Amino acid sequence: MNVEVVTKNIDAGILMLVSGDVDMNTSPNVRSSLGEIFKQGKAKVLLIDLSGVRYIDSSGIATLVEAMQHCMKKGMRLRLVELSPSVRDVFELARLASVFEIFATQSDAVAGL
Amino acid sequence: MTEDSAETVSLVVPSHPKYLYVVRSALYPIVAAAGFTKRDARRMILAVDEACSNIIKHAYGNDTKKTISIVIQNDREHFTVTLRDYGKKPDMSTIAPRDLEDVRPGGLGTHFMAAAFDQVRYDTGEEQGTLLTLIKKKMQVKA
Repeated sequence: MNVEVVTKNIDAGILMLVSGDVDMNTSPNVRSSLGEIFKQGKAKVLLIDLSGVRYIDSSGIATLVEAMQHCMKKGMRLRLVELSPSVRDVFELARLASVFEIFATQSDAVAGL
Repeated sequence: MTEDSAETVSLVVPSHPKYLYVVRSALYPIVAAAGFTKRDARRMILAVDEACSNIIKHAYGNDTKKTISIVIQNDREHFTVTLRDYGKKPDMSTIAPRDLEDVRPGGLGTHFMAAAFDQVRYDTGEEQGTLLTLIKKKMQVKA
């Protein structure tokens, strides 16, 4: 099972769409895509849309925690969008659901920015 | 389920992360048929995935040419998954779920295993490698 990552520039900043299973095999691809975004420079907001992710493990969670820490250092806002019930459950199990900014839709995530 | 209908499924996979998907796919129908809730089933599959990832990373030092033997036993009272590796034995003093208030990457696998299963046992008594046993009691199965 592969992971697909598509990055787009949007008015609010950068949108990253992730789909597939994010596990120990595929999380390096997500980390690499995040590295490319961070290399490009400072955007105001990074939205990561996880609506296409049906499975995530601790390596995927670690990748997102690293991204969050990087964004905090660089003054970027990281927002996660549309977590499936299975992905949300992993965030809750890790007690990270209240640590990240999580939104139901992309439009909710950019509202008020 | 009667004693007669207890089932055992064995699976041997290479220690390459690309086979984690194979493990999850094999486990899913067995856990689902065992009658656990969707949430419990998802968490049990996550826990086994994390156990395999830990074996690849820590026992085999990311050597993808080794093997992981997995045995799934589903009987009337318990759902048991045993994972056998032939790599470096874990330092038991370092295996413990970490403080989740400390938000940092990594270290969640052990927590996920402990959250999903009632018992997590490491047997390092074999000459080589480790036998990890994950047990969930069936009394927690909801109708």
